[in-house]
Amino acid sequence: MLSLIRAVISRDLRLAMRRQADIVSAMFFFIIVVSLFPLGIGPEPELLRKLAPGVLWVAALLATMLSLPRLFADDHRDGTLEQLALTPQPLGLIVLGKVIAHWLVSGLPLALLAPVLGIQFDLSSDALWVLTISLLIGTPALSGIGAIGAALTLGVRGGGVLLSLLVLPLYIPVLIFGAGAVDATVTGLGPQAHLSLLGALTLGGVFFAPWATAAALRIALE
Amino acid sequence: MNNRLVSWFKYASPQSFYPIAGKMIPWFWALAALFGVAGLYVGFLVAPTDAQQGEGYRIIFLHVPASWMSMFIYLVMAFWAAMGLIFNTRLSGMMASALAPTGALFAFLSLWTGALWGKPMWGAWWVWDARLTSELILLFLYIGFIALQSAIDDPRRADKAGAILALVGVVNIPIIYFSVKWWNTLHQGSSVSLTKSPSMAALMLWGMLLCALAFWMYSIAVALMRARSIMLERERHTEWVRTMLTSKE
Amino acid sequence: MHWNSFSEFLAMGNHGVYVWGSVAVTALLMTLEPILLIQGRKSLITRLKRQFRAERADRSEQNTRRSTD
Repeated sequence: MLSLIRAVISRDLRLAMRRQADIVSAMFFFIIVVSLFPLGIGPEPELLRKLAPGVLWVAALLATMLSLPRLFADDHRDGTLEQLALTPQPLGLIVLGKVIAHWLVSGLPLALLAPVLGIQFDLSSDALWVLTISLLIGTPALSGIGAIGAALTLGVRGGGVLLSLLVLPLYIPVLIFGAGAVDATVTGLGPQAHLSLLGALTLGGVFFAPWATAAALRIALE
Repeated sequence: MNNRLVSWFKYASPQSFYPIAGKMIPWFWALAALFGVAGLYVGFLVAPTDAQQGEGYRIIFLHVPASWMSMFIYLVMAFWAAMGLIFNTRLSGMMASALAPTGALFAFLSLWTGALWGKPMWGAWWVWDARLTSELILLFLYIGFIALQSAIDDPRRADKAGAILALVGVVNIPIIYFSVKWWNTLHQGSSVSLTKSPSMAALMLWGMLLCALAFWMYSIAVALMRARSIMLERERHTEWVRTMLTSKE
Repeated sequence: MHWNSFSEFLAMGNHGVYVWGSVAVTALLMTLEPILLIQGRKSLITRLKRQFRAERADRSEQNTRRSTD
């Protein structure tokens, strides 16, 4: 079972490395969106500090959304996905591998980039630390839940926007606990509660979502 | 045992359900009108003034039933979606699709009446109260479902994809509600909440209940009407639709 | 009856706009929905009937052509 997942991850990573432009452009999207907010709101540090957790988390959500169609579209186009569905291996495990690989090239870079952007918002080092951790814990959930949307909208007209419409409401709990954790650090309440709830969401998302995704893939491939 | 299974599945064919639904629809309209008149009579003509909120509170006779229906319809929709996935019956999928627009309508009404209630009471057209915010997210879930189904051309695939989405949604609704409640209590020290409804006099409860029943009967009537149109459209290549429509000439 | 006069009923203790605004939109949507459904059904049936007629005409044309071959 683990070897299957590892094989899927290494394959997807290898393919992703051949398209590094995709990964990098998602990261630049994140940077640009984050920079838009101060331009729209004003440079006052007090205000920016208060808005920072929400802004950074929302931008992370949007950047993840951008990279989701890639999860299955390429494999679908060249017929690999059908082959994967036909193997005797559980499709859910294959999806789990793809989700992990997706996180490694989208969620993980975002989480590592966020503290740098957080400095633009004058967040304290405590808050920056919690921001990074919250993103590290929360972005796998985004990949997992997003995979369901990607599978449902595979090959459908209006794919990307429709995908966002479907997945963003489901992201809301992750957003609330993720941004809330940073907020709680800033106000002095401590992020433990938020982070544990976030962790629970991620565990649920990563372990249950692949099965819903597999069902959706089979429907899309019929 | 086999006989009973077979007889239930008989109604799972659009061909047998279509005329049955047609006969049921007027009855549900009648019930809706009955409960509606009764509910509005109690709520708007008989129920006393509220001590804290004056006459404006009467919006709850529309707001609360609309909220209840929006949530109930989602559950029923998810139920039919699950039935369609498990038993592979076309009709179940059609029922789920028939329910969605009505559910979205009630979610919207809940938000609209909630805003009109909030404005005189709390001075703002929108309060990020846990219930209203969850209702907004529920509306998004409905719209996502409808959008997904209209984007997929193949009706069977649309049924099944929508079903998965509805089931994922139904699992997420408690999570979303809990997280929004959490978010709301942490960010608002004050008790701005629409859930702080006035302490209910018996008449007020009756009014709400009767209106809720009216909305429920309405939903069934409308869903059956929509389901019949969906059946006609999707089964248009079958013999029974052809004979039924051509014999009407 | 709770109200002393019709104008009191309309005013709803100063909250008339809000209460009647809610009632109006509710009534409007719950009337529009079934009306749209009925209209949709009528146009669907008309369209289907036209299609069936056209198919029958096609088929009988094919039949007459075949019998005269």
